[in-house]
Amino acid sequence: MFDRIREKLNILADAAKYDVSCSSSGGTRKNINKGLGDSHTSGICHTYTEDGRCVSLLKILLTNHCIYDCLFCVSRKSNDVKRAAFTVDEVVELTMNFYRRNYIEGLFLSSGIFKNADFTMERLLLVVKKLRLEQNYNGYIHLKTIPGASDELIKEAGLYADRMSINLEMPTEAGLKLLAPEKNHDDVIKPLAFVQQQITAFSADKKLIKHVPKFVPAGQSTQMVIGATPESDKDIMYTANAFYKNFSLKRVYYSGYVPISNDTRMPILGTQPPLLRENRLYQTDWLMRFYGFKVQEILNDANPNLDIDIDPKLSWAIRNMQHFPVDINTADYKMILRIPGIGVMSAQKIVQARKFGKLRIDQLKKIGVAYNRAKHFIVCLDSPYQLKDYQGTQIKAFILAESQSKYLKTDSNQMILF
Amino acid sequence: MKNWLRNDDTLQYKKHPMTYIFDGTFQGLLTAVFEWFERKPGKVVLKSTSIFQPEAFVESFTVNTNAEKADRVWAGLQKKLKKDWQRKYYCTYLSEIPEAYNHLFQFTVYIFQNQLGAESNYGNPHVIALAKYAKSVEREKHRMEAFIRFQKTGDGIFYANIDPDFNVLPLISSHFKKRYADQPWVIYDLKRKYGLHYNLTSVEEITISFSNGADKQNLAPVLMDESEALYTTLWKDYFKSANIVARKNTKLHLQHVPKRYWKYLTEKVPI
Repeated sequence: MFDRIREKLNILADAAKYDVSCSSSGGTRKNINKGLGDSHTSGICHTYTEDGRCVSLLKILLTNHCIYDCLFCVSRKSNDVKRAAFTVDEVVELTMNFYRRNYIEGLFLSSGIFKNADFTMERLLLVVKKLRLEQNYNGYIHLKTIPGASDELIKEAGLYADRMSINLEMPTEAGLKLLAPEKNHDDVIKPLAFVQQQITAFSADKKLIKHVPKFVPAGQSTQMVIGATPESDKDIMYTANAFYKNFSLKRVYYSGYVPISNDTRMPILGTQPPLLRENRLYQTDWLMRFYGFKVQEILNDANPNLDIDIDPKLSWAIRNMQHFPVDINTADYKMILRIPGIGVMSAQKIVQARKFGKLRIDQLKKIGVAYNRAKHFIVCLDSPYQLKDYQGTQIKAFILAESQSKYLKTDSNQMILF
Repeated sequence: MKNWLRNDDTLQYKKHPMTYIFDGTFQGLLTAVFEWFERKPGKVVLKSTSIFQPEAFVESFTVNTNAEKADRVWAGLQKKLKKDWQRKYYCTYLSEIPEAYNHLFQFTVYIFQNQLGAESNYGNPHVIALAKYAKSVEREKHRMEAFIRFQKTGDGIFYANIDPDFNVLPLISSHFKKRYADQPWVIYDLKRKYGLHYNLTSVEEITISFSNGADKQNLAPVLMDESEALYTTLWKDYFKSANIVARKNTKLHLQHVPKRYWKYLTEKVPI
């Protein structure tokens, strides 16, 4: 018994780990009637695996049996791996006991498709209903929407889950067709749209009636696999941007492809996952969501791919030197946010502090500005007088010379001469 | 224009500032502020008795902690500061860092001597100091909410030891009370020798007298609930399975989970 549950957990956690979403934020569930658990607005990462990724949720598949044969997926039908399936009670027991020991913020439940979409979605629904209704569990639940499941099942699941997600898998329809001919983006778009429409309907009701049940309070997310197919960064981020806009997604995740197959249509086994590229995509995602950048400013036909050696914010700045230097003591908050070396917190502090007097270099440093980077783009009260107007390319060279990229050591593009 | 003359504290006071000594309590700190406004002795430095060393040529004054005076100062501060800054103030106190006490003192004087809203002057050294101390304390508080691992004992109590960098027990109490409302639990701060006990109705402060030679960090397995070994093992298994070997990144791992926390993390303790 002991060994069987260990084996199942190993198989079904291993199969679930390529789904990178770990967010446990945005939940609004409160502990009611002295039950177990509540949600923490900002989410909590309870530990980090040796690859540096956060562990917030018990992320498992209900089963890794699957009727599909998607090339990029480790659970594809044709793959020779051990198969297993949890019972509903096993998932409930694991979740409750892990949660009670403060190991996790909640459950992330996904599944391979067995028999058909509705059959699978029904099983997932049984788990979440048991947790919420029988165990009085108020912790976080992230549930996969199974494409093709009926509207009724999806709607019911949304009453118990905090977040729902469906993965786009490949950034473009063409990429998806190449690796998973049985699937298309419409399978994803339809349920995403349905859930979004329900969220809107429930929140409209809430304005009129006081006690409307919660419906997917932490919103929806999706994921794209990066580097398995030949899309450009522009393709990827334009797709992400469209999904953020059209479906009010909370997050789009970018998952660097970890080779799991010898098929010649994809990078071969042993190829390094594109970690730096993945990092640059996340930086772009942040610039779009928190820094007021339009995706077209960062990626366009002239610049279809992100720079590898510098981050996209710096990259934008040196391409647009006409906006700099920015006067810290007078500029708009929006413009201060665009200065390399200044983040959201520092920008807010600057705008508050300058009401009390013009700011100097030492104050900026204390506020948290990365001054060595920012100094090329700003003037403040005691900025040294500069005779020369440096070109963007020169500034890039200055910054690269004094910064030590954490990725340089592992940069696979670097030539080894000896 | 060059800005040679800054309003740097060192330029204004030629003689050694006087030392105010307080007992290290929150009330003592607030009383010190009261006494300063009563006497107006000019520039002073606040130190707690535990670190105070008498120096030649430096005058000192010992603050007698007084609840009434402290309450008046706190009531005054509540009128001047919004909730978020009241919290930063208390967090800075909980850091237990000697210099933080002095910053709190100077900050309080600064707040009382200025218009409403003076706390958003991030150019002021005491404002920025409080923001930084509070951030460190909040981070430690958040880490405790994340890294605490309960073990279920034979009598059904979920038990966890901690030794945080700062005194964060007062800050995490309500989080755990709300979350684990249906299970009794104990969180014990080994460094500060006190803990919290939730008995299904309220949270109370406790001290435990460990018997001589007892291993305080690792409870004896005989004291455990019979299911404990199973879930410990499953959690360790899960932690290993969730890792993607091809993405190994030790530096990032250590940045997020510094080694000093490992002893309490079930998944990092070797079997």
